[in-house]
Amino acid sequence: MGERLQRNVEDLHLSNLTKKFGDVAAVDDLTLTIPAGSFFALLGASGCGKTTTLRMVAGLEDPTSGRIAIGEKDITALRAFQRPVNTVFQSYALFPHLDIFENVAFGLRRRGIKKVEPAVNAMLELVELAPMARRKPTQLSGGQQQRVAVARALINEPDVLLLDEPLGALDLKLRRQMQIELKRIQTEVGTTFVHVTHDQEEAMTMADTIAVMNAGRIEQLGDPASIYELPHTVFVANFLGQSNLFAGTRVATNPGMLEVLANGVKFLVPTARNSAPGDEVIVGIRPEKMTVLDIPDREKVPSGNNALEGRVVDVSYAGVSTQYLITLAWGQNITVFEQNVVVGDRSSVGDQVLVHWSPEHTFGLAGGETLLATTAQAIAAGV
Amino acid sequence: MRWIRRHFIGFIAILVLVYLFVPIAVVAVLSFNNPEGKYNTRWNEFSFDAWTNICGVPGVCDSFVISVRIGIISTLVATILGTMIAFGLVRYRFRGRSSTNLLIFLPMATPEVVMGASLLALFLNLRFPLGEMTIIIAHIMFTISFVVVTVKARLQGMDPGLEEAARDLYAGPGATFRFVTFPLVAPGIAGAALLGFSLSFDDFIISFFNAGTVVTFPIYIWGAAQRGIPVQVNALATLVFMIALAIVLITQLVGSRRRKMLEQEISRKSSSVDALVPKS
Amino acid sequence: MVAVVPTSSAKGAVVTRRKSRTGYFLLLPGMTWLAIFFAIPFVTLFMTSLQAPVPGKSGQYTPAFQLSNYPDALAEYWPQFLRSFIYAGIATVLALLIAYPLAYFIAFKAGRWRALMLVLVIAPSFASFLLRTYAWKTILADEGFITTFFNYLHLLPDDRILNTGIAVIAGLTYNFLPFMILPLYAALEKIDPRLLEASNDLYASAFKTFRKVTWPLSLPGVVAGTLLTFIPAAGDYINSELLGSTKDRMIGNVIQTNFIEFRDYPTASALSFVLMAAILVLVFTYIRRAGTEDLL
Repeated sequence: MGERLQRNVEDLHLSNLTKKFGDVAAVDDLTLTIPAGSFFALLGASGCGKTTTLRMVAGLEDPTSGRIAIGEKDITALRAFQRPVNTVFQSYALFPHLDIFENVAFGLRRRGIKKVEPAVNAMLELVELAPMARRKPTQLSGGQQQRVAVARALINEPDVLLLDEPLGALDLKLRRQMQIELKRIQTEVGTTFVHVTHDQEEAMTMADTIAVMNAGRIEQLGDPASIYELPHTVFVANFLGQSNLFAGTRVATNPGMLEVLANGVKFLVPTARNSAPGDEVIVGIRPEKMTVLDIPDREKVPSGNNALEGRVVDVSYAGVSTQYLITLAWGQNITVFEQNVVVGDRSSVGDQVLVHWSPEHTFGLAGGETLLATTAQAIAAGV
Repeated sequence: MRWIRRHFIGFIAILVLVYLFVPIAVVAVLSFNNPEGKYNTRWNEFSFDAWTNICGVPGVCDSFVISVRIGIISTLVATILGTMIAFGLVRYRFRGRSSTNLLIFLPMATPEVVMGASLLALFLNLRFPLGEMTIIIAHIMFTISFVVVTVKARLQGMDPGLEEAARDLYAGPGATFRFVTFPLVAPGIAGAALLGFSLSFDDFIISFFNAGTVVTFPIYIWGAAQRGIPVQVNALATLVFMIALAIVLITQLVGSRRRKMLEQEISRKSSSVDALVPKS
Repeated sequence: MVAVVPTSSAKGAVVTRRKSRTGYFLLLPGMTWLAIFFAIPFVTLFMTSLQAPVPGKSGQYTPAFQLSNYPDALAEYWPQFLRSFIYAGIATVLALLIAYPLAYFIAFKAGRWRALMLVLVIAPSFASFLLRTYAWKTILADEGFITTFFNYLHLLPDDRILNTGIAVIAGLTYNFLPFMILPLYAALEKIDPRLLEASNDLYASAFKTFRKVTWPLSLPGVVAGTLLTFIPAAGDYINSELLGSTKDRMIGNVIQTNFIEFRDYPTASALSFVLMAAILVLVFTYIRRAGTEDLL
């Protein structure tokens, strides 16, 4: 595999890529550069256009307009079998009439390579399936089939490897295992991996760059931590993890900090963490960034923290953390995760509580559209 | 009492299977008969004559050969034409899909006597001479629909992702068909051909209308029924039955042994995987 | 009819149909064949059914528009028509009663014997249709075991089975039984056995489970099976010819003898045309009533 790392891998460029099915744009004017050698995740709900994007890169779908290039080489007009791109299909699509060896050798043989044994055996070693070479795909478990699919694609040394929901069919435990496995393989071969998934956790664990897609467009692009910590849209805030959102209006701008009034409560949002251009600001905070206190402990709230009062309506103990569902004065429900650091000492249903958090975790999003509608849309898309 | 109730349906099922085979047993047993008169319907005495001298009666083996020939030719043509239609229906868009489907469905819903009569009406009107040619034309006609249905089912059951995977792996359209599509559809096509042959070989009604003076095996039997069916016919039919049954059983047996091996492997695999995964 | 064969496409896969001239090219030869040798013959059949005889020359007809051929043919042969539908109807019901337990057993209880049992269901078709029918002559013979048994019970109006309508119906039932079993099996096999367990849990009685769950879910198979049995049975004349007497002739016999022996082409054509029309009307109303149009 050593020389593969030395190979000149180039960036994948998508420019103004559009795909229309009838009047509906599945992919809408997408421009994106995927750096060579990166593990890139296209994250989104089903129907957001991520799979269509992938299929266009693979050459299995013709774009309505736009351009696809690897480095300087335009591949838009090339047919699937002419592209230096290979795919790991969602259903694996292993050829049932061929054994594992022949499945892996398929691409090499089609390109007229006569001596395939060394390469195939090396690839089967890489995915730890060498003893299975003469089995048929149906004789393998889901995880093994998955690795054959990866081997069958990778053996062709593609410039880009596309993975279409590759772990969707596996159970949770196996999925975790395969996530680590795929990352190992990617590090070892250094090929650009483009990974399509609807599982935000999977995307965050594996990818070094995530593009969150919605309605054919990219909502936000970045490394997992920065997207999670600082979402730029309501969709991202709700799709990637959970968020508590409060729609409000900017009332004052202090140095480095704005004040937003929502439902009669004043929130502080760092200017650097606000992406709302106007006065309509949606204040957002991740549930695990919040702390729950009993009302009498009010003085424990550090000065300058945002704080809210509410009543606990549900408590669920989830081992690592406890999840509180808290109803605020204006009827909105918020979610708070509290780490189970201390045994006992939990609020219970019916308690009046105080919830507070540091402004530095707070983010501001563009308002305008009704919060509920976008939230509902995000939830419907996400689950 | 409970035992009877639990096994009642199995008992009935076996009775029905036996019922299906009673007439065949009669045919087979009577092939060893030395009939008293000219009608071979009552057991008289054991005889091997029909088997040792299977072509002993004039016309029997000739008609048998004619039926085999007609069967092979019409199956070959119908399988090719039907397979093409199945591919067209599953893989391509075109106008007139519903009328195409209707034209494929109707021959299967038409009584043979109507098909035979209408085809004869055509040939008579065209003054087309009746003979082996007209029988083959008729057999191809009624076999096509069955081929289409069988191959279409196989094609539709195929994961289209497989062909995409082939294209993704540097197989052009020709290579995709040769290395992926065809090998996967082939069992369906073979099944369709076997079905087609058995339909053609056993067809009496449509053949009888359009045969002119040609005597196929079923037409021979029909004619002989009036003056007594020779024992040789029973022997030949029993032979055909045994060969066909053997072919099917062997393919089934090989298939099921392979399947069984797979199932064992998989169950072993999944149980070992299960062992790794803690029950939540 | 299509129900015999599973038609579900692979799960989750998107079938994209290409639009190209290749599609027409693939369809053309086969569909042309069907058009010329299946569809057009119906036109010539219809034309023939309206022809008028050439006076003085038997067996010769000239093109005409003699619609009266239809009422004439029906007036003469309505008993055979009626008999065909009655015999085929009885045979279909009997076949359903016989086939259901076997199909049910194969689908739910046969376990590892399932494939073998299916082969055994198809196997009889490997033996000649005519010979199998002829064999019933031996089985139902006057001095045979079955006839003797029923006579002992005084159940036979004519003291015999052979050469009566009973023999014809028995033959029809037997010959088309596999066409009933296979679609029934295909439909039953699709039922999740856990559904039956759940129902046993809810309704507690086996009979209610059958009536409320198994039977409704197997209806597509029942519809396909009854059609596949009824249609060929209604047009059949071999059973009537070999097992019945002249009093048991069906419409198939009439069409055959008129066409081939009497050379009364117009009458035979008119009868064929009416038979086909009657069957199509029956099929479509039946399918609509049963609410399983997607069978086609």
